[in-house]
Amino acid sequence: MAFITANWNPLGEAFYRKTELYEMCWNLRDGLRDCLVAAAPYGGPIALLREPHRRSPSSRPQLEIYSASGNSLASFPWKSGPVVQLGWTVNDELLCIQEDGTVLIYDLFGSFKRHFSMGQEVVQSQVLEAKVFHSPYGTGVAIVTGSSRFTLATNIDDLKLRRLPEVPGLQGAPSCWAVLTQDRQTKVLLANGADLFILDNTSCTAVSPPGLSPQVSSIVHMSVSFSYKYLALFTDTGHLWTGSAHLQVSQSALCLSSMWGCRRPKSQQPSVVLMWDRLLLVAGVCNDIIQYPHRPCVCVGELDGVRVVSSSRQELLQEVPLVCQEIFKIASMAPGALLLEAHREYEKCSQKADEYLREIKEQSMLGEAVRQCVEAAGHEYDIQTQKTLLRAASFGKCFLTDFSPDSFVATCRELRVLNAVREAGVGLPLTHSQFKQMTVQVLIDRLVYRQFYPLAIEICRYLKTPDYQGVSRVLKHWASCKVQQKDLSDEAIARAVCLKVGDSAGVSYSHIAAKAYECGRTELAIKLLDYEARSGEQVPLLLKMKRSQLALSKAVESGDTDLVYTVVTYLKNEMNRGDFFMTLRNQPVALSLYRQFCKLQEQDTLKDLYNQDDDHQELANYYVTASYREKRLESRLSVLQSAVDEYNKAKNEFAAKATEDEMRLLRFQRKLDDEKGAGLLGLSLQATMEALLALGLHKQAEQLYRDFRVPDKRYWWLKLKSLAEKEEWEELEKFSKSKKSPIGYLPFVEVCMKRHNKHEAKKYVSKVPPEQKVKAHLAVGDGAVLARCSASDRLLIDKLNRARATATKK
Amino acid sequence: MAHSARRDSPELPDFSVLKRLARDQLIYLLEQLPGKKDLFIEADLMSPLDRIANVSTLKQHEVDKLYKVEYKPVVSTSDQLCFLIRPRIQTVKWVCDVVNADKAAGKFKRYKIIFTPQKFYACETVLEEQGIFGDVSTDEWAFYLLPLDEDIINLELPEFFRDNFLEGDQRWVRTGGSALHLFHSIYGPFSKVYGIGRCSKMVYESWREQVKEGEQKARQAEVGTVFLIDRDVDFVTPLCSQVVYEGLVDDIFRIKCGCVEFGPDVTSSDKSIKVMLNSQDKVFNEIRNEHFSNVFGFLSQKARNLQTAYDKRRGMDIKQMKTFVSEELKGLKQEHRLLSLHIGASESMMKKKTKQDFQELLKTEHSLLEGFEIRECISFIEEHINRQVSYLKLCPLSLYFFTGLLPKDYRSLKAQYLQSYGVDHLLTFANLKQLGLLVEQQPGETLTVMESKMGKLVNDKTAGKLTDAFSSLAKKSNFRALSRRLSLVPKSDEEYDLRVPRDMAYIFSGAYIPLSCKLIEQVLERDGWTGLEEVTRLLNGHEFAVTADLRPQSDAQRIILVMFLGGCTFSEISALRFLGRERGYKFIVLTTAITNSARLIEAMLDNHV
Repeated sequence: MAFITANWNPLGEAFYRKTELYEMCWNLRDGLRDCLVAAAPYGGPIALLREPHRRSPSSRPQLEIYSASGNSLASFPWKSGPVVQLGWTVNDELLCIQEDGTVLIYDLFGSFKRHFSMGQEVVQSQVLEAKVFHSPYGTGVAIVTGSSRFTLATNIDDLKLRRLPEVPGLQGAPSCWAVLTQDRQTKVLLANGADLFILDNTSCTAVSPPGLSPQVSSIVHMSVSFSYKYLALFTDTGHLWTGSAHLQVSQSALCLSSMWGCRRPKSQQPSVVLMWDRLLLVAGVCNDIIQYPHRPCVCVGELDGVRVVSSSRQELLQEVPLVCQEIFKIASMAPGALLLEAHREYEKCSQKADEYLREIKEQSMLGEAVRQCVEAAGHEYDIQTQKTLLRAASFGKCFLTDFSPDSFVATCRELRVLNAVREAGVGLPLTHSQFKQMTVQVLIDRLVYRQFYPLAIEICRYLKTPDYQGVSRVLKHWASCKVQQKDLSDEAIARAVCLKVGDSAGVSYSHIAAKAYECGRTELAIKLLDYEARSGEQVPLLLKMKRSQLALSKAVESGDTDLVYTVVTYLKNEMNRGDFFMTLRNQPVALSLYRQFCKLQEQDTLKDLYNQDDDHQELANYYVTASYREKRLESRLSVLQSAVDEYNKAKNEFAAKATEDEMRLLRFQRKLDDEKGAGLLGLSLQATMEALLALGLHKQAEQLYRDFRVPDKRYWWLKLKSLAEKEEWEELEKFSKSKKSPIGYLPFVEVCMKRHNKHEAKKYVSKVPPEQKVKAHLAVGDGAVLARCSASDRLLIDKLNRARATATKK
Repeated sequence: MAHSARRDSPELPDFSVLKRLARDQLIYLLEQLPGKKDLFIEADLMSPLDRIANVSTLKQHEVDKLYKVEYKPVVSTSDQLCFLIRPRIQTVKWVCDVVNADKAAGKFKRYKIIFTPQKFYACETVLEEQGIFGDVSTDEWAFYLLPLDEDIINLELPEFFRDNFLEGDQRWVRTGGSALHLFHSIYGPFSKVYGIGRCSKMVYESWREQVKEGEQKARQAEVGTVFLIDRDVDFVTPLCSQVVYEGLVDDIFRIKCGCVEFGPDVTSSDKSIKVMLNSQDKVFNEIRNEHFSNVFGFLSQKARNLQTAYDKRRGMDIKQMKTFVSEELKGLKQEHRLLSLHIGASESMMKKKTKQDFQELLKTEHSLLEGFEIRECISFIEEHINRQVSYLKLCPLSLYFFTGLLPKDYRSLKAQYLQSYGVDHLLTFANLKQLGLLVEQQPGETLTVMESKMGKLVNDKTAGKLTDAFSSLAKKSNFRALSRRLSLVPKSDEEYDLRVPRDMAYIFSGAYIPLSCKLIEQVLERDGWTGLEEVTRLLNGHEFAVTADLRPQSDAQRIILVMFLGGCTFSEISALRFLGRERGYKFIVLTTAITNSARLIEAMLDNHV
C-alpha cells in the first residue's frame, strides 16, 4: 500500500500519475511508425492504417482495427483511394477520409456500412488535412482542401455540408488548426504563420491571444481540451501558450524546444501534455513540468486524462483525483486516510484501530471519512486498492447509525461492472468519471457493438436496468446480428432467435426480420415474422418482400380493416386483375371490404368481380340496381334482360319471373303514358292499378289484373278503395254484387264508414257473416259515438278506447 | 313506476365527463386551424354535436358560419373550410369535389377534414385518387361515446348494423373496441367480461389489444361487469312492435339522439316542438318504462294531482301566495307543460294505432312468436300487403319467415309483396336472406331434421368452411328451440297483469321475453355460460366469459355495461331497467345506435339514387 504514491509526480500543487492499463496484446512489428492511427475516447478502439501512402496495387496499405487492449478485431488490405485521416464516431464506427473527399464508414469489425462525400469541388482540389470531432450534435468531420477552403459537417448522420468563408492570405494548408464547439456553434481556429483566425459560418475573424510573445513567427501546434474550454498553442520559438478557448485569459508562457503534439487532460488545474520523439512532458499553469522519457507513442485525450498508447503497452496519465491525494498523500491526516489506517490496524488485530477511530470521531468526521474512501475506491484502477478502500469504508460505516448506504452500494456495483469491462478480453479501460459521463446505456451500446452480448445482458440484469433499455435492446442487436450469420440454416437461426428473445417486451420481431431481409434471407424473415405479435408490423414488411398473399391473410387475422385495405390497394396495383380477384376470393373479409369500396367508387369493377366468381345471383342483383340508373327505357329494359339471364343462370326462377314481369309492366306503362299521359312509368304494379282506377281506366286495370295474375283479394281491395274514394256508391254496389267477394263484406262497411257514409255502410252489414257482425255493427255505431264526443271529453275517449282494446283482444 | 327500486342498488357513474372530454378535444382540433373558418357538419352529426358543444362555443373558437353537408356545391366565402364528417367515402368524395371546384376556379383555401370517430384508410385513398391529398389536412376526433341519458350511451353509428352484419365489412370493429377502451379507461377496470356473437368477440379482442398497448393505471372501478352482444344473436326482439311508452314514441315519432319532434297534432297548436326525452323530464321518467295501457291511467292521475296542487292556492293569504308563486308555481307550470305534451302524444299515438289495426298486428306478432294459428297470420299479412298499408309491414313478414316457412307461402307472399311495392324489393329480399332474416325451408325437411343436421355440422370443427356456409342457415331456424329452452314465451293461459309486471315479458304485453335480455339475465345469474351450452349452440356459439384477476368490489360488480353491437331498442332498455330493479343491478346500455323494427328494415333497403 505504501507504494501507491510511488508513481506520483508533483506538478505545482497537484500530483500526476501514470497507471498502466494494458500490456498490449497486439504484435506490431514496426511499432507505430509510419502509421495513421486513430483511437476513440472513452476507452475506444484503435485503428491503424499502415503506410497509408503506399499506392501500388501490389502492396496495399493494411487497415487494422484493435480493441483498446490490442485485441485484433479486423484487418484487411485497403483497396480504396489514399486515406488522409482516420477517426471514430460516437457509435464506434470508423471514418476513413480519403483524399478525394469521400468518407467511408466501417463498423468495428471492418465491414463496410456506407459512404458519403464532402462535396464535389473536393474531388478536384483534394483534401489536405482532415479532423474528426465530437460535439453535442454527434460526430463531425472538418477538412481543408488544396484550395485552402474549409468544409464542415457537424453531424455525419444528418449530413449538411457547410463551406466556410475564405481565409485571407492562406496558401495551402494552415500551419495548424483545430475545431472548436462554442455557444452551440462549430468554428475552426487556424494559424497561418503567426496570425490566428477564427472561422465560423459567415465570417473569418483575425484574433490575437493576449500575452503571446511578439517574436513568434509561426504557431506550429495547437490543441483544444476535451471539453473545448482550454486551448494551448505552441510556437516556433518554443513558447507554449495556454488559455481559455475564448482566447481571453493568458495563463503562462513556457520555453521549450520542439513539440510533437499536445493534449490536455481535464483536471483541477489545466495542464498540457506535450510529446516529443522520446519524451513526454506535462506542463501546468505554474510553470512547472514533469518529464517522462518515453518510446514513440500516441496520445488519446480523455475526459479526465490522457491515454498513452505505445507499441507495447497502454498507460493512463491523469491528475491524481483530490480525494485520492488526500487519502494516500504521505502523512495525510485527512479523515479518509485515518479510517484506512484504522482498518489496517483492525485487520492486524491491533488496538490502535480504536485510537484512529476515536480521532476521527472526535472531529465527527467519520461520515466524511467513509465518503472519501468510497469515492477514492471509484477512482482507483487497481482491484486490490479498490477492495482495501471499500473494506475500510464498510468498517467505518459500522460505527455510523444514520449513514445512507446508497453511495457505497452503487459504487460497489459500478466498480464490478467497470472491472468486468476493463478486462483485457473486453478492453474498455473506462475510469469511473468517464463511466458516469457516458451512462450505462451507452456502455451497453458499446458492448453490443463489440458483440459482447452475454456480458451486456449480465450487466443490465446486475444493474437492474429496465428491460426496454437493457436486456431487450441487447437481444434486439443480438438477433439482428444473428440473422446475418451465413453459415447457419434458416430454421436454426429462427429457433435460436425465438428461444433467446421469447416474449421480451420491446423486441420487435419485424425489426429483426427486416434485418434478415436486408441480408437477402427472405425465408428467414418470414419465419421470424411468424413470431411477431402485432400484425401491423408484419404486413408492411411482407409486402416489401412481395409475399402479398401472406400479407393479406396476416392483415385479415389482425382484424384491422385499414391494414387489410392497405394490402388490397397494394395488390390491386401490383397484380393483374384475374390474380387479384382470385386472391380476394380466398379472403372473404378482404373481399367484402373491397366490394363495399367498389359499390361507392367503381361499379364496373364490382361487375367484373361477380363475373369472375360466377356469382350469378349477385350479378343479377347488380343489374337490377344498375337498371335504376338508366334514364332511357330501352337501356333500362336491356339491363333488366341481363338480370333475367343471370337469375336464370343462378336458377332463381322466381326472381327471373319477377324481373320479366317488371319489364312487361314497364312496357305497358310506357304504352299508356304515350297514349294517355298517365305518368305511370316506374310505379309498382299495385300503384299502377291504383292510378288506372283513379283515372277511371277500368279496362286497363282489368287487363293488368288478368295479365299479371293479381290475386282476387288484392284486386277487390283496390277497386273497393278506389270506388269509395271517388264516392261512386252505385258502382260500388254493382261491384259488390258482381260475384261473391273474396275479401268478405266487412271491408265494404269499413270503407263506407271511412267516408262517413252510414247509409251506404248499412247496406253491407247484412252481408257480413255472423262472426263479424258485431264488429260491423260496432263500426257503424261506434263511429257515430266517436264522432260526436271526440271534441269534448277526453276521459271518455280514454275509457272507450280501453274498452275497445280489451274487446278486440278477447 | 309502481314499485320502487331496491334500496341497495348502486349509484350510476357520472357520464358528463365524457361530454367534457369530447368537447375539449373538438376545441383543440378547431384551434389547430387558427383564424376564422366555416364549419361543414355531416347531417347526422348535427344532433350529437349539439349535445357536446352549442353554437356559441363553436363561435368562440372562430367558427364563422355553420353549414350542413348537403352534397351540393358550397357557397362559402371564407378562405378556411373545416369539414366535420363521418368516415364515409361518399362524403369524402363530396369534399374532393368542393376542393377541386375551388382549384378550377383558381381559389386557394385551407381545408381540414375532421373525421369522427376515426378515419379509415379508404377515405385517404379517395383523397389521393382525387388528387387533393396534399391540399387537405386530416384529423381524428375521437368522439365515441355520447351519453344520451344517465344509463344510455350511444355511438350514433347506425351504419354499423348494415356494414357489419349484411356486408361483412368489419371496419367498425376497431371503432367498437376503441369505444370500449375509452369507457374502460375512465370507468374500469372491468373484472368480468361476457359476450356472445362473432362481432362481440372481435370487439373484445380489439379492446384487449388496445389495453395491452396503452399504459394501465390502477383505479377504483366504477363499472365492473361488461356484457357484449351482437344484434344478430337476437333479431326477433327489434322486429316486434313496441308497446312500452318510450319504445312506442320511438316507433311512431322517431326519437333522434334523445330528442323527439312532436308535430301539431300533439301540441294542439300550429307549430311543432322539439322535446328532449330523458330522465330530466320528470313526467316522462315515470312513464317511459310503462306498458302503454297503463300510461293513460297514470297521466290522468298525475293531472288530478296537478289540479289539487293548483287548487291549493285558493284560500291562501298573501304571504302564502307569495311563497307558492316563488317556489312551487314554476315547477307546477313546467310539469303542466310536460304533462299536456305527453297526454297529447299518447292521444296522437292512440289515434294512429287504431287506424292501423294495431291490436290485430300485436295479436299476429304474438301468435307468430308462440307458433300458433299460422294460417290466420299469413292471411293477415297477406291482407296488409294487398291493402298496401305500409312497406314496413315487412317486419311481421320477416318475423314470420324467421321462424321458418314453407316454400309455397314464401313465394306467394314474396310475389304479392313485389306487386305491391315494386320489383326493386327483390334486392331487399336478397339482403334479408343474406342477413338470415328470411329462411326458406327446403321442401320435405322438417325443422328438427334441419336443426340436428346443422347442429352436427356446427360441432364438427373440421367441417371448416362448410360450417360457415351452413351455420347462417342453422342459426336462423332455431328460434323455436331457443324459445322453448329459455321459456321466452310465458304460458298464455294465465292472466298477465301489466300494472304489476312479473318478468321482462311485460314490455311485450306479457307475450314474449326479449331473447337478448333473457340471455343477459341467465349469464349474470350463472356467472358464465355453464348450463347454457345448448343455447349457445343454437345461437351458433362465439360466446365467451373472461374474469380478470381483480379484487371484486361489490358495488362496481353490480353496475353492468351492456354493449349492443348493431343497435338496441328502447324496449330492451326498459326490460333491462326492470331486471336491474328486480335484482339490484344497474345497467348501462352502450349501443352503436338506437334501433327499432322500421330502422332495421330500412337498413336492408338498397336505395338506388
